[in-house]
Amino acid sequence: MTEVAQLVPYDDAVARYEPVIGLETHVELGTTTKMFCTCLTSFGLPPNSAVCPVCLGLPGSLPVANRAAIEYTIRIGLALNCSIATWCRFARKNYFYPDMPKNFQISQYDEPLCTDGWIDVTVEGQTYRVGIERVHLEEDTGKSLHMGGATGRIHGADYSLVDYNRAGIPLVEVVTKPIPGTGALAPVVARAYVTELRDLLRALHVSDVRMEEGSLRCDVNTSLAPHDATQWGTRTETKNVNSLRSVERAVRFEIERQAAVLDGGRRVVQETRHFHEDSGATTAGRSKEEAQDYRYFPEPDLVPVAPAPEWVDEIRASLPELPAARRSRLQTDWNLTDLDMTALANAGAIDLVAETVAAGASPADARKWWLGELARHANETGTDLTALRITPAQVARVSELVASGSLNDKLARQVIDGVLAGEGDPDKVIEAHGLTVVSDDAALLEAVDAAIAAYPDIAAKIRDGKTAAAGRLVGAVMQATKGRADAARVMQLILDRLA
Amino acid sequence: MVAEPTQLTHMTAAQIAAAIAAGQVSAVEVTQAHLNRIAAVDPEVHAFLHVAGLGALAAAEDVDRKRAAGEPLGPLAGVPLALKDVMTTTDMPTTCGSKILKGWRPPYDATVTRRLRDAGVIILGKTNMDEFAMGSSTENSAYGPSRNPWNLSLVPGGSSGGSSAAVAAYEAPLAIGTDTGGSIRQPAAVCGIVGMKPTYGGSSRYGLVAFASSLDTPGPLARTVLDAALLHEAISGHDPRDSTSVNAPVPPVVAAARQADVSGLRVGVVAEFSGDGYQSGVQSRFTEAVELLESLGAKVVEVSCPHFTYALPAYYLIAPSECTSNLARFDGMRYGLRVGDDSIRSADEVMSVTRAAGFGPEVKRRIMLGTYALSSGYYDAYYGKAQQVRTLISRDFDAAFEQVDVLISPTTPTTAFAIGERVDDPIAMYLADLCTIPSDLAGNAAISVPCGLAPEDGLPVGLQIMAPALADDRTYRVAAAVEAAFEQRWGGPLLAHAKGLHEPDASTGANPSGGSR
Repeated sequence: MTEVAQLVPYDDAVARYEPVIGLETHVELGTTTKMFCTCLTSFGLPPNSAVCPVCLGLPGSLPVANRAAIEYTIRIGLALNCSIATWCRFARKNYFYPDMPKNFQISQYDEPLCTDGWIDVTVEGQTYRVGIERVHLEEDTGKSLHMGGATGRIHGADYSLVDYNRAGIPLVEVVTKPIPGTGALAPVVARAYVTELRDLLRALHVSDVRMEEGSLRCDVNTSLAPHDATQWGTRTETKNVNSLRSVERAVRFEIERQAAVLDGGRRVVQETRHFHEDSGATTAGRSKEEAQDYRYFPEPDLVPVAPAPEWVDEIRASLPELPAARRSRLQTDWNLTDLDMTALANAGAIDLVAETVAAGASPADARKWWLGELARHANETGTDLTALRITPAQVARVSELVASGSLNDKLARQVIDGVLAGEGDPDKVIEAHGLTVVSDDAALLEAVDAAIAAYPDIAAKIRDGKTAAAGRLVGAVMQATKGRADAARVMQLILDRLA
Repeated sequence: MVAEPTQLTHMTAAQIAAAIAAGQVSAVEVTQAHLNRIAAVDPEVHAFLHVAGLGALAAAEDVDRKRAAGEPLGPLAGVPLALKDVMTTTDMPTTCGSKILKGWRPPYDATVTRRLRDAGVIILGKTNMDEFAMGSSTENSAYGPSRNPWNLSLVPGGSSGGSSAAVAAYEAPLAIGTDTGGSIRQPAAVCGIVGMKPTYGGSSRYGLVAFASSLDTPGPLARTVLDAALLHEAISGHDPRDSTSVNAPVPPVVAAARQADVSGLRVGVVAEFSGDGYQSGVQSRFTEAVELLESLGAKVVEVSCPHFTYALPAYYLIAPSECTSNLARFDGMRYGLRVGDDSIRSADEVMSVTRAAGFGPEVKRRIMLGTYALSSGYYDAYYGKAQQVRTLISRDFDAAFEQVDVLISPTTPTTAFAIGERVDDPIAMYLADLCTIPSDLAGNAAISVPCGLAPEDGLPVGLQIMAPALADDRTYRVAAAVEAAFEQRWGGPLLAHAKGLHEPDASTGANPSGGSR
């Protein structure tokens, strides 16, 4: 299926139309066992090894709800400022698919566990309050692998394999209310929301949120309407957008595509769309007319969930400090501006900086290293900061050596390169390469005198009071000492010598 | 002393257990006698889909070994049993009477199966049933109907008709059935034996292949009330694998069956269950049972349960709705029948072809009904409305049980009908469960106990006794009193009058078709 969408340049699109976005985010919970049985939820086990009659949906088997999963969901609901249902039921969502063992999914329908909350998202200094429609609990499906064929999709595959290890892993779905008023920032707000949600889930210790393993998946709803419209436009739902960057790209693409549709005087079709990582484009899936009737009804194999108010209070009291509150506290502690803090957050460096500070570095130094040298390195190698082979403690050690004058910035960068290359702790790298600053004045003076002798004309200028020329001599000394000198000290020695 | 094989098969479960415990007979001898009986009569009765002779004898040997070693034995140790083919068993196929599960061997035992094994009960095999328990005659079995031991041209009831036929034909003293709309009580009634639907959740559904999850209840079939109570006790109690299983002590059913006393008990006759559609002989035997209860000291009043009239239509929306979802898993992808896998058809097409080939007409009818009832735009009018009716029926029961201790009615409006008679008329077939469905919808306890023969056809009639949820013991108390009084009047069990298998006539007492004849 080839479909080439017409697009309107982004700036033109948002100049003419107002986007409204909405996100449905599925998160696999980090419980030890599955939602309705005692199979392990571990990732990466051999196919179909973490299965039992219940998660395989064998005839006669029955589900029993995992209390920890319910607790985790309540935790998420409370952190998102939701109301927690005092009584609710699971429901069956009926449709046929080979990776769904029972051909129905146990989910929640009109009685979700958590409803009506909000979370604040800050983008470019502006705070958007994103309404949360609902948070509900369901079971994940198995995973189909389509073998043969060019695309890895079911069409054109020679055969398919199904791994049911994932079937029955508890899945939470967080659904936002429609988010209007973000204008040109809609794609960025969408991304910032998912980032904020991810950080919240991690802070709550309910999921490790490994997007690359598919433990967080987004469906992104987008609609456009002319700025003067009194109604929102028809929305599309882009399914399975599985990285932060993709969330932003998917919204952006849909804005460009829908603007072209509307510019052409046509109507946006209400449909699901597929996002393509390679091209950043979306293509049409099922339209509303083809939408399945899931024939939801209350799951008769499970008893209603009725969390006691005391239990909910207990969970509320046990909530950790949430990312927004923590950020605000750290910003004050570290004396950073909003912009600095946002930069740290966007780089995913808050925890790293906090740990580096805890290991003894000053907040300013810690921030400088992680957002400077290390961010550059991560960019170049295409990894996350957290994936770099250097620990906050090692960064703090380098920072300490710079503060004490044992390393200058240039040497420090060499030390960090060594650590990142796997050569060991900073001290080991320093010893192996002899990277400490030459702090012996006698040795430095020898180099200074040599430089003065080599550049008599420059020395003359300095003697005449043109001290700005001293930089050339400092450079010569640094070269002679292979960068191991403290430049400020060298400058001082040169000026003293030529005074 | 070694008892005669015929004697062994005609003993009650309680007698067999006592004889084994006393060392008068071995469990192996008892099991062999029943296997011989099955070999002799089951070609005619067709109660069993699978007989596990070697497994049964091995289990019996185990009981005998334990007894010899002085290990404690349960009250049913060594007693043979016929298990409805809807319960999973690791050592036998589980087909649910359907082609779609032909040959399927489950990798796990149902909780009921496990409890039976733990109790030392000998599972002889798996009994025939209407496909996925949908039916009242076993004619919907993909493997052919079972036959009524009273008359082999008649149905044994259903869906647990294999179980009722096995017990009535002395192939087993005990059987497990499941009741969703009457599937234990109706076959028990038309075969002249005892059948009990426990309180919903009183016995575990884990490993019971679901038809309608909110209704399915496993329970005992037996030739005596005491035997039913013993089996009831053996399989009951909380199961952490079944969320809907009741976490409460098992009602004292065995003690109640031994008590067999109704003096002072308030008994309500359900006004709605009489009149048009009720066979005259069923009506007269029921009236006789009412008089008997009064003579035993019960205080009988008529009670109206106005919404019971709507129970049947409500049931035929709720049960199919749940069934359409429960049966969705039979798609040929993972187990059971697979049709059309020609590496050209897609998975969707293979599912569709497999289901078309694997399910019988009644199952398809109910899947269609349920799919329709749950469809967007129809849900409120059908499934939603039916659930409201269900609530009203529960309230009728609640109100009635404020006035009386138990409610009674005929178990089924007619006696056993002929094989083939109702196969083309689903509504006529559905009416067999008219009186039993309310207790399924409300989830309370109900038993059927023989109350004589209809004069016009000489076939057994069942008396249904209903009690509140978790008051299962009350039904046993009344049923045992009725059984004792009637057997005294008849000079023995009703089943002694069954002639379908040309048994020697053991009847010496009064005519159970009515004292006046």
